[in-house]
Amino acid sequence: MAWVNAIVQGILLGGLYALLATGLSLGFGVMRLVNLAHGDMAVLAAFLAMSTSFALKVHPFVTLLLIVPGAFGVGYLLQRLVFDRLIGGDPALQIVATFGLSIVIENALLKKYTADTRGLQTGKFSSRSIRITDKLAVGWLPLVTFICGVTVIGLLALFINRTKMGRAFRATSDDPATAQLVGVDKRRVHATATGIAVTTVALAGVLIGAKSSFDPTTGPANLIYAFEAVIIGGLGSLWGTLAGGIALGVAQAIGLKINPGYGELAGHLLFLTVLATRPRGMFGKLDNR
Amino acid sequence: MSLLDIVDLDAHYGDFQALFGINLQADEGQATSIIGANGAGKSTLLKTIAGVVLPSAGEVRFDGQSLGTLTPNARLALGVSLVPEGRRIFPSLSVDENLQIGGHAGRKGAWTKAKIYDAFPLLQPLAKRSGARLSGGEQQTLAIGRALMSNPRLLLLDEISLGLAPLVVKQVYRALPDIMAQGTTLLIVEQDVNQALAVSTTFSCLLEGRISLHGDAATANRDQVTEAYFGLSPLKKDH
Repeated sequence: MAWVNAIVQGILLGGLYALLATGLSLGFGVMRLVNLAHGDMAVLAAFLAMSTSFALKVHPFVTLLLIVPGAFGVGYLLQRLVFDRLIGGDPALQIVATFGLSIVIENALLKKYTADTRGLQTGKFSSRSIRITDKLAVGWLPLVTFICGVTVIGLLALFINRTKMGRAFRATSDDPATAQLVGVDKRRVHATATGIAVTTVALAGVLIGAKSSFDPTTGPANLIYAFEAVIIGGLGSLWGTLAGGIALGVAQAIGLKINPGYGELAGHLLFLTVLATRPRGMFGKLDNR
Repeated sequence: MSLLDIVDLDAHYGDFQALFGINLQADEGQATSIIGANGAGKSTLLKTIAGVVLPSAGEVRFDGQSLGTLTPNARLALGVSLVPEGRRIFPSLSVDENLQIGGHAGRKGAWTKAKIYDAFPLLQPLAKRSGARLSGGEQQTLAIGRALMSNPRLLLLDEISLGLAPLVVKQVYRALPDIMAQGTTLLIVEQDVNQALAVSTTFSCLLEGRISLHGDAATANRDQVTEAYFGLSPLKKDH
């Protein structure tokens, strides 16, 4: 039963990793953009939730009403003003520019909030759980987090498969030059994609802040988890990213069960094994590129 | 009057000059063909009209207005649509979605999805099929349908016979008079001289980036065309 418990907790944690990775997966899928500041954006959102929650004296989750639309706007403008210059050019440019952005966010946070470790005070919500058997209980926070992750990915998949803008996303991903030729405005597609990417990572950041402590330098760790989830699941597939996140979460939970120090290690080992044996990931679509 | 007027147009790819002082007109409602060998600059010429490549000198005028540095998107909104070489169907989209995205820019006109299914009956049963699973002829038909969804005034067709079986080429070409009947002007780039001459009123030969011959398709002299196409005099028959 202890193992079942570990796996259940791993799956729930995986939902969070998947949510964290969704934006990275979308940015790469639509425009081959790898944003190294992705993890720092999650931390930034957590800090903003903390400050807003203090200032307005509301529950940290209520601040999502401001943070989610704000994140979309920030992402949209960031793409228009900065990232658009990086797409289609030398990939090294993307790495340098987004790494630079990561350093800027990290240091701005250090300046404003110091290096102290913080957490979001979510009250009873974090400590309550649903008892399933004597040895198996599911916490409300991990459960809600998991549901959030699956719902966001499901809605995004619906958006991509059913709407006019989603069609433009897929066409741009297939062949950006021809998409433009048939009338797709690639700047709008790119800006919308990054808007959604920043929105999802901000939501993930607030949920991470509620789950565990954070400080201005935890961004790169978030980035690594997101990367691993995307690669394990397979580039260019949203459902793959969900599966990858869950696989990563379960691997970490199993590692943790074997030895409290092996959690992260087990996740990295799974990632390396997938890279070595199945480099396209579990559901990779980008075959001949 | 000319719908399309190309004046002293040069185009470069970096240091390589692909087009030299091209002058060309396409009359409204007519079909004009540009024929020439591989690498003569035909596709480059169409790309300059569509706005994918910007000219280094000269200009492209559409309906009396200089297109300058307008993006392909802006030109599409004015009614210039390109059927690109190699079809370029979106593999992640179904046939139906490939058509829908052709209407993305939203220029209204006679062509609707229903009308395209009527005009190209072979597409109707394939509506739900993935764009990745089509034959060459189906892809080409779909590429033309996708371009028509934007209701172009000028349709640029780049090598629509390329890699297709002769029978399929005939089928694809059979659709062109219907398209012209809607008032659409055609500019056809081809290596297949006979196919191009049969459907168009005037033609230009392109040789190494320059117009080498211009004339009426009906009275084209085959020897002259051969010379303008290959850049050599046809072999004289000795008696």
